[in-house]
Amino acid sequence: MTKLNINGKDREISAAADTPLLWVLRDEMGLTGTKFGCGIAQCGACTVHADGEAIRSCVTTVEMAQGMRITTIEGLEAKHPLQAAWERHNVPQCGYCQSGQIMSAAALLATKPKPNDAEIVEAMNGNICRCGCYNRIVAAIKDAAGVAA
Amino acid sequence: MSGHERIGASRRELLIGALLVGGTLVVGGTPALAAVADEADFVAFGPFVRIAPDDSVTVIAKFSELGQGAQSGLAALVAEELDADWSKVSVENAAADVKLYARGGFGIQLTGGSGSITDSWDQLRKAGAAARAMFVSAAAAEWGVPAAEITVENGILSHAGSGKHSGFGRLVAAAAKVTPPAEPKLKPASAYKLIGTNRVTRLDARAKSTGTARFTQDVQSPGMLIAVVAHSPRFGGTVASFDDKAARKVAGVVDVVQIPSGVAVVASNTHAAIAGRDALVVQWNDDKAEKRSSGAIAEQYRAMAHGTEAVQWAPFDQRGDAAKAFDDPARTLDIDMTQPFLAHASMEPMNCVALVKEKGAKLTFGCQSQTMDQNVIAALLGCDPSDVEIETLPAGGSFGRRSVATADYQKEAVEVARRMKGRPVKLVWTREDDMGGGYYRPLTHHRARVAVDAAGYPSAWEHRIVTASLMRGTPFEMVIKDGVDSTGVEGVQGSPYLKATPVVDARAFHPETKVPVMWLRSVGATHTAMMMEHAIDQLAHRAKVDPVAYRRALYAKAKAESHLAVLDLAAQKAGWGKPIEKGWARGVAVHECFGSTVANIAEVSLVNGEPRVRRVVVAIDCGIAVAPDQVRAQMEGGIMYGLSYTLFGDVKIEDGIVQNRNFDGYRVLRLEEAPIVEVHILPSTRTPAGAGEPGTPVIGPAVANALLALTGKPTTALPLVKA
Ligand code: FES
Ligand code: FES
Repeated sequence: MTKLNINGKDREISAAADTPLLWVLRDEMGLTGTKFGCGIAQCGACTVHADGEAIRSCVTTVEMAQGMRITTIEGLEAKHPLQAAWERHNVPQCGYCQSGQIMSAAALLATKPKPNDAEIVEAMNGNICRCGCYNRIVAAIKDAAGVAA
Repeated sequence: MSGHERIGASRRELLIGALLVGGTLVVGGTPALAAVADEADFVAFGPFVRIAPDDSVTVIAKFSELGQGAQSGLAALVAEELDADWSKVSVENAAADVKLYARGGFGIQLTGGSGSITDSWDQLRKAGAAARAMFVSAAAAEWGVPAAEITVENGILSHAGSGKHSGFGRLVAAAAKVTPPAEPKLKPASAYKLIGTNRVTRLDARAKSTGTARFTQDVQSPGMLIAVVAHSPRFGGTVASFDDKAARKVAGVVDVVQIPSGVAVVASNTHAAIAGRDALVVQWNDDKAEKRSSGAIAEQYRAMAHGTEAVQWAPFDQRGDAAKAFDDPARTLDIDMTQPFLAHASMEPMNCVALVKEKGAKLTFGCQSQTMDQNVIAALLGCDPSDVEIETLPAGGSFGRRSVATADYQKEAVEVARRMKGRPVKLVWTREDDMGGGYYRPLTHHRARVAVDAAGYPSAWEHRIVTASLMRGTPFEMVIKDGVDSTGVEGVQGSPYLKATPVVDARAFHPETKVPVMWLRSVGATHTAMMMEHAIDQLAHRAKVDPVAYRRALYAKAKAESHLAVLDLAAQKAGWGKPIEKGWARGVAVHECFGSTVANIAEVSLVNGEPRVRRVVVAIDCGIAVAPDQVRAQMEGGIMYGLSYTLFGDVKIEDGIVQNRNFDGYRVLRLEEAPIVEVHILPSTRTPAGAGEPGTPVIGPAVANALLALTGKPTTALPLVKA
């Protein structure tokens, strides 16, 4: 048994040490907000926070995640301003990428509360949205951060 | 958006009064109607609306939510006529039931062709209006006032004279007993409070921003097994033999079974199933498999289009005498366009949950074509299609892929589940399965020879299209007429430019293909818009006429009013003709599909040899825009999707094997490449037309046309960025 700290709670994990965190979260913990998109750190759908930093859970093993505070979309502060902005801007289309988008954006705002355009691109470029919600993602981040569009 | 809630028997009796079938109100409960009702979730206000004692209004959507936002628009149609409180409206997916939920025209339950709002425009407005009339009647009786004096606003019925008012909920039981009006009265457009406004928001925005929306991938239930399948790396390959010793040793692997499409590793969790498949050793029989490369196929199609390989051409537009029309080489332009195989690459790879029962099966997944899937699975299991129950979930994208006529992945889920005795099985495709799994937008070659008159406008147009048929072998085979699959030529066929040309000789050839192909968002337009719109700019360029002016002249001749209107609107909003910084150019394109006409004007530069698109101005004529913000969202998304495949999209096949099966090899548009999209919707009183697809095919030619302006070089092949 391995111990992981997930959304503020220590949890006993039965999965092997080399199991990607993504599958532990989804299949073992039932935290299905974190999505599987590519499995090779290309799409960002599986983004969670490790000690506040955005990471790809599909390439992070249980072993690597030990001793870190893992936060998933389910553990994000209740009614995060980004989620309210996402709703105001009608950002999601199919919605499958959006947990990852919000987790990347939340990590950005936690360190840079007023990001500029280049900082937004840098933080968000790893998150693919096949529905092409990019304009609205940027608008909602700026809205939540209170920076001019 | 969870599963269906069966209505309790006692309440069901109470509510018997009316049944709304296919948009027509049917009064009373004849035996035939009762039979229909027994198969559906019978509710007093018909199969599309449920109103609960807590005032909540649930709209039952027969069209699936694939990201296109149609369900919010459908809800708005009901809510408008019902005068409901939008904040109390939610949407639920309809059961798979072709009797209740077939769409007009097709006669089957299927989402596609950008037709959800068009199909539901009358049906759902009438459903809302009928329910409203029933509530007004009930209130009038209870309050002892004339029905004509009752108003409904934001979900509240009121009578000014008596000061009486009520929500829907308190009156549900009484309203359910009212005989619905035979022909419910619909509002005039001038009275709309919701339709056409930005108050129509996405009803699923919160669930999709909090990780609580439930996709196929998220379905979990006690005893559920996960299946991952080893597929033949080549299309048409079959299993020769396999060794599963190592796979079975992987912790969590429950079983390994051979199915028609490959070898399935069944496990208690997803990671084990994937690891189990990795450990599997399979020998494939490639005797009947495709072994060519996509490059070789492209070469062959080019040879066919140029007549160096003889084919049986099927004409689809022939007018005038083409024999001598191209005699003057100085006045003839040759245009070629090769477009590659494209993967849909929706964000959620294909997947499906199946439970095979004693009789029939239950499927739970992001279903797009309920009736086709029911028919395929019923044939497989030897049961009646109605024994195949489908719980439709939101799909994490589709772009057409989920409405595959062969039901390939759905069938695969059932094939595994039928071997797992009564346990639900979630078939999971990895990204590699999804992008390597075929059913691509076909590789296509267009060739045109255009003769021009003294002013530089087309006098004769010869056109050849080589593209595999999308509809051959599908339930839609009837669209193939005299050898022409209309979905492979639409956009050339019916083009205003051909209408404006006196001599036309347009033909198509649909080669057999072992690489499975199917429709992709905007179907034929994905390649015909590129060809036609880029051809027009090459002709304008040759004639030294401004491309907007050149189009205007042809649209006037073809009486293409919608084209003219969106072109003018886009040109004006984009500042067409105004100076632009050095190194930048504007490109224009206009295309009509699914009843909507879209113009794009793109600002493009070359940065490190790659096209950089910074801004796109869109004008669309889609009839009445029920949900304008969703029309805008679909234009934005359509442009990103179209730009993505124009710049990068290319399924590379070598020796029959798809080389780029994940986002590392199959590049897609990212945020840094996303242009700012500015959308202008033409005011209209026309019945709503499509929005989900028409935004897709226009950006490609707009970018190619800007590059032509910038470099003087025409584009002859996609993608623009070679990997
Ligand atoms: S699933 Fe982890 S980055 Fe795509
Ligand atoms: S909303 Fe569909 S992939 Fe982003």
